[in-house]
Amino acid sequence: MAKMAGKQMVVEALKREGVDVIFGFPGGAIIDVYDTLEKDGTIKHVLVRHEQGAAHAADGYARASGKVGVCIATSGPGATNTVTGIATANMDSVPMVVFTGQVPTALIGNDAFQEVDIVGITRPCTKHNYLVKDVKDLPQVLKEAFYVARSGRPGPVLIDLPKDVQNGKAEFNYPQEIKLRSYNPVIEPHGKQIERAYRLIEKAKRPVIYAGGGIIISDAYKELRALAKAMYIPVTMTLMGLGGFPGTHELSLGMLGMHGTYSANMAMANSDLIIAIGARFDDRVTGKIEAFAPLAKIIHLDIDPTSIQKNVKVDVPIVGDCKRVLKKLLDAVKDAGRPAEAWRDQHQAWLQQLDAWKKRHPLTYKEEPGVIKPQNVIEKLYEMTKGRAIITTEVGQNQMWTAQFYKFDEPRTLLTSGGLGTMGYGFPAAIGAQMAFPDKLVVDVAGDGSIQMNIQEMATAMEQRLPVKIVILNNQFLGMVRQWQELFYDRRYAATEFEMTPDFVKLAEAYGAKGFRATKPEEVDDVLSKGLEAEGLAIMEFAIAREEGVFPMVPAGKATTEMLLV
Amino acid sequence: MKHTLSVSVENTPGALSRITGLFSGRAFNIESLNVAATLDPTLSHITLVTRGDEFIIEQIIKQLRRLVDVFKVVDVSEGEFVEREMSLIKVRAEEESRAEILRICDIFRCKVVDVSPKSYTLEVTGPESKLKAVIELLRPIGIKEITRTGTIAMMRERKTV
Repeated sequence: MAKMAGKQMVVEALKREGVDVIFGFPGGAIIDVYDTLEKDGTIKHVLVRHEQGAAHAADGYARASGKVGVCIATSGPGATNTVTGIATANMDSVPMVVFTGQVPTALIGNDAFQEVDIVGITRPCTKHNYLVKDVKDLPQVLKEAFYVARSGRPGPVLIDLPKDVQNGKAEFNYPQEIKLRSYNPVIEPHGKQIERAYRLIEKAKRPVIYAGGGIIISDAYKELRALAKAMYIPVTMTLMGLGGFPGTHELSLGMLGMHGTYSANMAMANSDLIIAIGARFDDRVTGKIEAFAPLAKIIHLDIDPTSIQKNVKVDVPIVGDCKRVLKKLLDAVKDAGRPAEAWRDQHQAWLQQLDAWKKRHPLTYKEEPGVIKPQNVIEKLYEMTKGRAIITTEVGQNQMWTAQFYKFDEPRTLLTSGGLGTMGYGFPAAIGAQMAFPDKLVVDVAGDGSIQMNIQEMATAMEQRLPVKIVILNNQFLGMVRQWQELFYDRRYAATEFEMTPDFVKLAEAYGAKGFRATKPEEVDDVLSKGLEAEGLAIMEFAIAREEGVFPMVPAGKATTEMLLV
Repeated sequence: MKHTLSVSVENTPGALSRITGLFSGRAFNIESLNVAATLDPTLSHITLVTRGDEFIIEQIIKQLRRLVDVFKVVDVSEGEFVEREMSLIKVRAEEESRAEILRICDIFRCKVVDVSPKSYTLEVTGPESKLKAVIELLRPIGIKEITRTGTIAMMRERKTV
């Protein structure tokens, strides 16, 4: 068998893993892989303007498509620039493989030019990582990396490639199948646990399904809908779970938690059975943990055993892939053979109560003459896109208003940094999503603060001719922090007011994109339709009510029933 | 509660660092740590003593198992087990204390592994409680230097067939 260079192995592995596009930025320590990619010519490379953009773009590609996202950077600063993107993907369980160049093995540890211990730096924020010291190990490492990234609870995997390993030669035996003795995620749930879960569901009078990102990752959308419908159980979703159950469905309570709906938080607080599916009882969901769901028994389905019993005590833990578990639960429901009416009657009083809560405090906002309300912009965006766009968000108020007022009906239509809360995520993620779906409408909802964190990727989008649309809700504030300062820090706006923001319309034009601005409510429709219909990249800027807040709001550390309403 | 965990990990560079990083990153305690080769050259064995309530210990074990390099985790302190620790203690041995040191040594079945005109170096093996007792008795005489291995442990075999 002819020997192959490490750089060639990387390209071969990408092809065998079905990778058609990668995002990256070159440099001296990765130049050999780039040279091989160029000569090979089959894999599309998107040149970003900052490596953080590459990592977020790979992440957006992965979340939108369900495939493994791939990015590539050079050693040292190139590698460290990907770290925020890696940590973002890690917190939200996004399958990703990151390649970084490294100085030659002989120089490792010598403080060589552009040397950094990226494997050490990313150890706590990757699912796994590798420093390849011998090209003979590379085929196995490449196969493992993709397998680990996409299996079990997915996550980012980093491969650090010293320059001499890229150029060294060895036989290329790419494993077809892989089995690791130390890594065997549990996919199939335990039959006994399904039975125990069903017995609790059978008795519950006030059940609620609390659905997280696991629904979307495991592609369990249909199963969840079938389960909820079969037994008339209402569903609330985490930020990561939005789109995992239709937001317009009558059984949907919308999002729960800090900025969740009144009905969702009341449902959790009064429920006698919480069925948590692919969610992890994050502090933004539970609020004050001692006061969380005091009356409820808890069934918790998750592929990651560490998520179970981490924050709250669970009555029936079920480890397994959400889709598989839900299928088994559905079978159990079918086997029991209770007619649908029996379930409906059992939950009728509860559903009526939820309806009353929905009506008492729906998601709402106050209109003010002459001022653009951000919630209104999102509502209009929802109407004009008919809910069919892929929406990415930045982090802060823009993210929460989107989560509240855009009704996500389909999985993989909201891409947002939930766990890490990374400002600057949305725009490069939109670039990644648009690469995955060239024909879909992809919109980044941003604030004037967060859009500036990766604004340089405008050039990337233009270069790739990507028709990404950016909605900027401009209040000249770092709005979410300002809101906290207003409510809890006596309105001392420490470092949250922007005295200078660029002219976003001119900025768009400077990049060769289109820019539109609305300063009055009557201009909103026009700007949205012009922007959405514009060819290519476009910015739609909305000068919104400066001190508008996100409500309801559960103050940090308070019980979720202690909501501040509009 | 004190727990003694027996952890088998892939013998790869960075595996130990993943484990210690997990403990520091998640604010778990490590009271002692022992790492050594096993009969299988591709696996290393770690004995780790930690403290926490049942939820913390459950998390520690689950988090360890989640690491891609970790092969097996057993909480040996859940059942019957033997544990041993070794210590080398260099103790000041003047004319008047030499006999006393040897008596302590004898009572605790320690070994004298090095002798000098002014000191004895003792090897002590046993569970942590025994080491503690020896150290407390030798302390007033004058401990010049001490090193300890950290605990190693093993589950007892079942006594019935």
